[in-house]
Amino acid sequence: MTRTIKALALLLLLAPLTAVAGLRVFACEPEWSALAEEIGGDRVEASSATHALQDPHYVEARPSLISQVRKADLVICSGAQLEIGWLPMLLSKANNPRILPGKDGFLEASSMVRRLDVPDSVDRAQGDMHPQGNPHIQMNPHNIARVAQALGKRLAELDPDNAADYQARTADFLRRWNTAITRWEEQAKPLAGSRVVCHHKSWVYLEDWLGLREVTTLEPVPGIPPTAAHLSALLAELGTDGKGADMIIRSPFQNPKPSEWLQERTGIPAVMLPLTVGGSDRAKDLFSLFDDIIERMLSARAGSRS
Amino acid sequence: MNTRWFYLPLAWALSGCPLTMAQDGQTPELDLLREEIRSMRVEYEARIAELETRLEAAEQAAAAKPSAQGAPATAAEPMPGYEEPAMMSPQTVSVARDSSFNPAIGVTFQGQAWAFDNDPGDYAIPGFPLGGEAGPAPEGLSLAETEISMSANVDDKFTALLTAPIVVEEGEVKFELEEAWVETVGLPASLAVRMGRFYSAIGYQNSRHFHAWDFADQPLVYQAFLGNQYLDDGLQVRWLAPTDFYLEFSAELLRGDRYPAGGAANSGFGAQSLSAKTGGDIGFSNSWLLGLSWLGADADGRASGSEDDPLYFTGDSDLLIADFVWKWAPNGNSRQRNLILQAEFLWRNENGEYSLPDGATGPWDVDQRGWYVQAVYQPFPRWRFGARYDQLSSDEPGSWWLDTPLYPMDSDPRRYSLMVDWSNSEFSRLRLQYNYDSAGEDADNQFGLQYIFSIGAHGAHSF
Repeated sequence: MTRTIKALALLLLLAPLTAVAGLRVFACEPEWSALAEEIGGDRVEASSATHALQDPHYVEARPSLISQVRKADLVICSGAQLEIGWLPMLLSKANNPRILPGKDGFLEASSMVRRLDVPDSVDRAQGDMHPQGNPHIQMNPHNIARVAQALGKRLAELDPDNAADYQARTADFLRRWNTAITRWEEQAKPLAGSRVVCHHKSWVYLEDWLGLREVTTLEPVPGIPPTAAHLSALLAELGTDGKGADMIIRSPFQNPKPSEWLQERTGIPAVMLPLTVGGSDRAKDLFSLFDDIIERMLSARAGSRS
Repeated sequence: MNTRWFYLPLAWALSGCPLTMAQDGQTPELDLLREEIRSMRVEYEARIAELETRLEAAEQAAAAKPSAQGAPATAAEPMPGYEEPAMMSPQTVSVARDSSFNPAIGVTFQGQAWAFDNDPGDYAIPGFPLGGEAGPAPEGLSLAETEISMSANVDDKFTALLTAPIVVEEGEVKFELEEAWVETVGLPASLAVRMGRFYSAIGYQNSRHFHAWDFADQPLVYQAFLGNQYLDDGLQVRWLAPTDFYLEFSAELLRGDRYPAGGAANSGFGAQSLSAKTGGDIGFSNSWLLGLSWLGADADGRASGSEDDPLYFTGDSDLLIADFVWKWAPNGNSRQRNLILQAEFLWRNENGEYSLPDGATGPWDVDQRGWYVQAVYQPFPRWRFGARYDQLSSDEPGSWWLDTPLYPMDSDPRRYSLMVDWSNSEFSRLRLQYNYDSAGEDADNQFGLQYIFSIGAHGAHSF
């Protein structure tokens, strides 16, 4: 009996030693684990709490996530209360002093960028409000560039021996990223001024970046699923001639039925856009994510014109 | 609007002198600096191009609106989503105000209506005299507890939480203290220490607040063995093992003033508990949690049974709990569709003596068991449907106890429950529940309606 206990204790003590060397990065969303891999390369072991087919608002503080945060050297999340329903619980259950907000091991991506939709007042009658602004900041690649800079600096602080490497990798990423942004902005020129109907207000940063106009949303108020009454009102508003808007967009984890229902009746093309890395077959990394988004929107736009 | 022109020379300055000196420098710092400046430049150029487009649109719109209509040409309409272009400095998240340090405050409103075939005042389970808060809800319309909660970090090393329900008991409004604890933040070695009054970490259902229950009442075995829910004053230490899977141990030392303990025995150190929990995921859609706990309580004149003629128990109460929870949600999107399976098995041994209302006292050493299993299914957003089965069983305590409330019935006490609830958001819930309760001498049909609404801060629920 005592031998078993000793063996168990030894196993528990050795467990951290057998782990992979390098920084463990716990990302709340796949875009940030993808970014950590771009910048950290082999020096980081990044995992994401959510995957692209999951709504990051509504995740549970599952046991597996607690044990991941327990061992993390850095937690990177969109923030602005996107993860309010589960991240505070994870942080308080994980007993990890390194990654608490305010410490070097916690990075809130949305605090690095200019946030849109910051409400003047908040009231739950208006649905799921984010008092600090819309948290879906990853949809503007300029924001990703900013977070990349902050993340590169943070990784260098946490692992000073390899600081030069993180700097070089950040520079390399930004070089490729800036080139890609210029290309995307050129490709997306025909999209400027497009009128879009969104399922949820997940796309304000994309709209801001590409100059799209959000006509309305399928959710009556943020976070409340589309209702039949609201959809009927939208149908009346958008008309049946296909000219009420240029496209209806939703993310992969949102119910396709409301947007397809509206597409059938209004003739406005419904398009699914990946909201993060892994959201479509093609969106395998941050670069192909935006390649795919722009291509999908361009073909939807072409479809609505013809 | 003129501010946009401020950025043009700045952007040109940045794009015009792209740090020529850095081009031959191969150090990572210079490389990084160069790319950071390029990021800024790319962002400015995009921003300026966008503003120019908007300006053009605004000018066209202004020109297109004939002044004959008499409407002043406003630039606001063709520029939806226009915002102050203060894009270059990251915003600070919070605004300092005197109230910034106020704790997160929330209020949960709960009300109910119950109808019973039998008189709930006479409710009793033979062989299992109820203690603590156990027993049916009041008949008819009533308020359940209205719970005020406050929480905040104390400083960099401690955090604190208070939940204080306001209850109405026999027409009198009473302010109770449910949880009041302080917990360490960021202790080394993955330890956490909680002190104060809290729900014991034993079992799965025990530490869940009333508003987070999936049925309007507690499982029968919680009513029989834990006085509905075991809450006490004391100290809790938790340790999260450094394993790749979730493994957590906790130990508690408690005052022992509440059922199943009683009388703050052992000079006010009357109860101890140990628990271990483990859990994980299977794919994206399944997660599970398994726990094993022990509660050892000293009872010193612990009252149970009828309030007017209570039974008193003095002795040791040992309780073992095995709990299991399985949650399924396609792709982890529990908001769309999910299923929760939950089961707990409790074994207890009580060894000591019971005294009856007539003053007679007899030795007691009896093993009892109980379990429940429940399933709650949400087929589509907002609606959930649940079923629960409860059962208790007891060893024969000896013929000395015949014709006392401590002698169990021939058949095991059972209860069957069905519920449906509707939630407009995570802050509101309406519930309908039916129990067929054959735990007492006469089977009872119980119908309950319940509402749960919360305003203000609403802490995240644990798994």
